[in-house]
Amino acid sequence: MFDLDRWREIFQTLSKNKLRTALSGFTIAFAILLFTLLFGIGNGLKHFFEREFAGDAMNSVYINSGITTKPYKGLQSGRRIQFRNDDTKFINEKFEENIDFFSPNVSRFNVLTIYKGKQNRYTVRGVYPDYQPLESAVIEKGRFISFLDLKKRAKVVAIGRLVEEDLYGNKSALGKNINIEGISYQVVGVFSDPGGDRDERFIYTPFTTAQGMYRENDELDYIGLTYNPKLSVDQALAFTSLLTRVLKEKHSVDPRDQGALRVQNYAEGAKNVQQFIMVLNVIILFIGIGTLIAGVIGISNIMVYIVKERTKELGIRKALGATPNSIVSMIMQESIFVTAIAGYVGLMTGVFVLKGLGKSLEKYFIVNPSVETYVVVGATIVLVIAGTIAGYVPATRAARIKPIVALNDE
Amino acid sequence: MIKIENLHKSYPMGDESLHVLKGLNLHIKEGEFVCIMGSSGSGKSTLLNIVGLLDVHDEGKYYLNGQLIENLDEKKAAVLRNKFLGFVFQAFNLITYKNALENVALPLYYKGIGRKERQKIAMDYLDKVGLKDWANHLPSELSGGQKQRVAIARALVTNPKVVLADEPTGALDSSTSHSVMELLKEINKEGMTVFVITHEEDIAAETDRIVRLRDGIIISDEKTKKKVKA
Repeated sequence: MFDLDRWREIFQTLSKNKLRTALSGFTIAFAILLFTLLFGIGNGLKHFFEREFAGDAMNSVYINSGITTKPYKGLQSGRRIQFRNDDTKFINEKFEENIDFFSPNVSRFNVLTIYKGKQNRYTVRGVYPDYQPLESAVIEKGRFISFLDLKKRAKVVAIGRLVEEDLYGNKSALGKNINIEGISYQVVGVFSDPGGDRDERFIYTPFTTAQGMYRENDELDYIGLTYNPKLSVDQALAFTSLLTRVLKEKHSVDPRDQGALRVQNYAEGAKNVQQFIMVLNVIILFIGIGTLIAGVIGISNIMVYIVKERTKELGIRKALGATPNSIVSMIMQESIFVTAIAGYVGLMTGVFVLKGLGKSLEKYFIVNPSVETYVVVGATIVLVIAGTIAGYVPATRAARIKPIVALNDE
Repeated sequence: MIKIENLHKSYPMGDESLHVLKGLNLHIKEGEFVCIMGSSGSGKSTLLNIVGLLDVHDEGKYYLNGQLIENLDEKKAAVLRNKFLGFVFQAFNLITYKNALENVALPLYYKGIGRKERQKIAMDYLDKVGLKDWANHLPSELSGGQKQRVAIARALVTNPKVVLADEPTGALDSSTSHSVMELLKEINKEGMTVFVITHEEDIAAETDRIVRLRDGIIISDEKTKKKVKA
């Protein structure tokens, strides 16, 4: 129900008592502003960690080979371990149940790539179609390498977003040819990668094509896989240690040799990061609730003070015929109005400041500091309700005081 | 207009209770100009507060405009105050952040009268107390006498049955006091029942009927000779 007269009365009271209005408004606005800023910065920290560890699938495992450092079974140290296609087959068959995505990899660095006179050097990777989820690559246009490409040893590539930008400018690379070390490939897809610029300057080609092109026989560089996401962290660790042991045995490597075969597992790291983000969430929540409580206490104090200060005025109003209800609803309406407006101002200021800060805080590990709208709106509503309750209690008390007592209040 | 029968009122004072009004009987008819006299502590303010529905009595009967006042909740009391009573206080009790016109118009707001109408009526009453030109001034910009005139205009604006004035001249010098009393007299002449409380003899002498109160009992109730003079 909109009562213009009531609003006029309220506007007058508020504007004629500027200090009072400013005081309660400021408390609310400041609480919401702090809340927004702290929450936003906390979220920024969270975003940073999420981004830093979002480059690859969280459950990914990379198997690299190196040089033996210990003699074993009559073999000398200093022997280079070379993965071959039979390793691919071996791992795939042995651990089929635990493996989700799987791809061997042949990489060639600094490969001269040309399109219509524009040229640059990129890393070319020969992979299976499964490599896309492994890298968390996102297809922007076209498609990734397919099994058919693999089978046909097709001369096709999926290029990173920045490769397209470098060589094709504003035009689409899709379907165009690209010259990689003198051989022409067709671009079948363009991808982006949350891992950042470096990951967006890769060129992917079918594993079979790359192996045929860059390797003498069935050698390969490393193997990437993701384990079944249903595995717990401990199960994943058990799986990778078994994988390591079996592979070392296959290649006659001392089980204690750390250099010859390295299995990089993100499970432990992922666990740490997730725990860290959880702790961060708790801290953010704690800060948020703390700020809100401070705001609630602030506005409660001010409302008690305001009603106390107005006791006499309320007594006059009652003597002139104001009913207790009209007194209570007048105070409440005032307080809701002030807190809502001030809350909105604080919220907008906070959002604005966070936007302004934007990228400038990235070197302090704060990325995209922002707050979900529902969180701040929720916080504002909490404060409005707190202000209302804080106003309601003394208002009902004031409305209940006999007018004569209120009139004698000095 | 106001009829009181065997009215008692006590205030609790710790474990004891202070018996302030000890069985008052008083009948004020419509159009009277009555004054309650007594020293402080005689119970005159308590009586006015009960008559003004600002406080409740313990025992006895009180009829306002023929209506028995009992079991009155705050809401009903507020409506009755707004409808039947106009107050003038010693301390003026104007709302400090409202100008003269807005102060006068406030009872009409609680009566539910529209804004334009309110302002028009309030201006008429301000004119009546001779303060039309001061309508937009805040109470802090008015003299004591002017403030009390504004308060009187505010008491009259709802066209009540009774105007209750609690030491209306208590905070004013004698010449201003006199002019305020003249104003009340004028109002009375127009037919309004006026009920004044004072402890000053010369103020009391300007009314038509003086009721003397001592220690919660009415010790005398007589008409002044002034009316005869006039």
